[in-house]
Amino acid sequence: MPRYPLNSAAARGWWHCHACGLLCRGVDERPGTAAVCPRCGAEVRARKKRSVEYAWAFLLAAIICYLPANLLPIMETVMLSGTQSDTIMSGVVFLWQSGSWPLALVVFIASVLVPLLKILAMLLLLVTVQCRSRWAPRQRTRLYRLLEAIGPWSMLDIYVVALLVSLVQLQSLASIKAGPGAMAFGAVVVLTMLSAMCFDPRLIWDPIEVNDDRQA
Amino acid sequence: MMSNRKNSTHHHAKTACHECDLLQVLPVAVTQNVVCCRCGALLHRAPGDQPQTSLALVLATLFVFALANVFPVVGLEVGGVRTATTLLGTVSQLMHQDMLPVAMLVLFTGVLLPGIELLALLYLLLPLTLGRVPHGFPRVMRAIQMLHPWGMVEVFLLGVLVSLVKLAHLAQVHPGIGLWSFFVLIVLLATSASRFDAALLWERYEACRAIR
Repeated sequence: MPRYPLNSAAARGWWHCHACGLLCRGVDERPGTAAVCPRCGAEVRARKKRSVEYAWAFLLAAIICYLPANLLPIMETVMLSGTQSDTIMSGVVFLWQSGSWPLALVVFIASVLVPLLKILAMLLLLVTVQCRSRWAPRQRTRLYRLLEAIGPWSMLDIYVVALLVSLVQLQSLASIKAGPGAMAFGAVVVLTMLSAMCFDPRLIWDPIEVNDDRQA
Repeated sequence: MMSNRKNSTHHHAKTACHECDLLQVLPVAVTQNVVCCRCGALLHRAPGDQPQTSLALVLATLFVFALANVFPVVGLEVGGVRTATTLLGTVSQLMHQDMLPVAMLVLFTGVLLPGIELLALLYLLLPLTLGRVPHGFPRVMRAIQMLHPWGMVEVFLLGVLVSLVKLAHLAQVHPGIGLWSFFVLIVLLATSASRFDAALLWERYEACRAIR
């Protein structure tokens, strides 16, 4: 039987319904059991089901996709002068050199920095939760919240590719094709979002007892 | 432990933080946002819009959503050749290039999921304003909650701006009616999301169910 900190709802047998926010009576404190929310009929658990396992699985998949996403071209431009392949980084460099550096910065943050930081942050959260670390729980919760908020913004490059691909179809002059990197990049975005959704931030607080709280 | 029905339909001020599971007591009459005293998670929103107001917003948003998807977002002109595209146009072009996964990703996050979410809201709000409980209310509410993070209209708009700058060197770029509709759309979406009061809808649902 898992031990929850004394001031947590789970220790008193109250479970929070994620679907409608009702506080429900827990059925059984063995891990993996679920109750049914009396108001909305959703499955209610003390903690998300197999949260750490699922989060790790999606995260590892995301890390695997991260390499091809950055190394393979996301766009191929066929022009009279020849074919040019663009990776995500070269797109940023192009924007920088053409003078629109605010935009280069936005693309760099959204497509390079954010996915990388998301992966690193998820790694940090999962490792500390598995070690039952008591370090900076408030900050880690805030990190998780940030992670959820910025999740969709790395889709930016996928949309840019989609738009360029359908606009630049000038048969004889130039045409743009989407490259295999776009697929991998889309996978990274979706997988990191899924990983963050599976993670249960309450696990951060589970090792923390009432007395630790004062110092935290 | 026995399941305790008496406490279930309740409006206790007692609540558990959904991010750190701290058991705490909500103030009785909440007029402002309430955050968890330990981790700072948003526990209770300030009272948002009444269902009628939400309904009006959803209808307006649906209208603009349709405009944004029907009219071209950007057009390109090079030496007399004009091309223009809508969001759905980009999906079909990606499919032509055997990029089915990317096409599906754009289709779902840009068009389908936001559209379904709006329609689901309409389905819930219309009967509730008339004092009736829509069929399958809890399931639809859960679906809306699940779909919400996957709607990425605002990211698409930023994508349009980035592509406009990238293309400005190549050719003459014409922003279309779709682009302006997208600007209005994200303002409406942000307004309705920030004022959407799920707790109030659940209360309304329970009240309607109790009368019946």
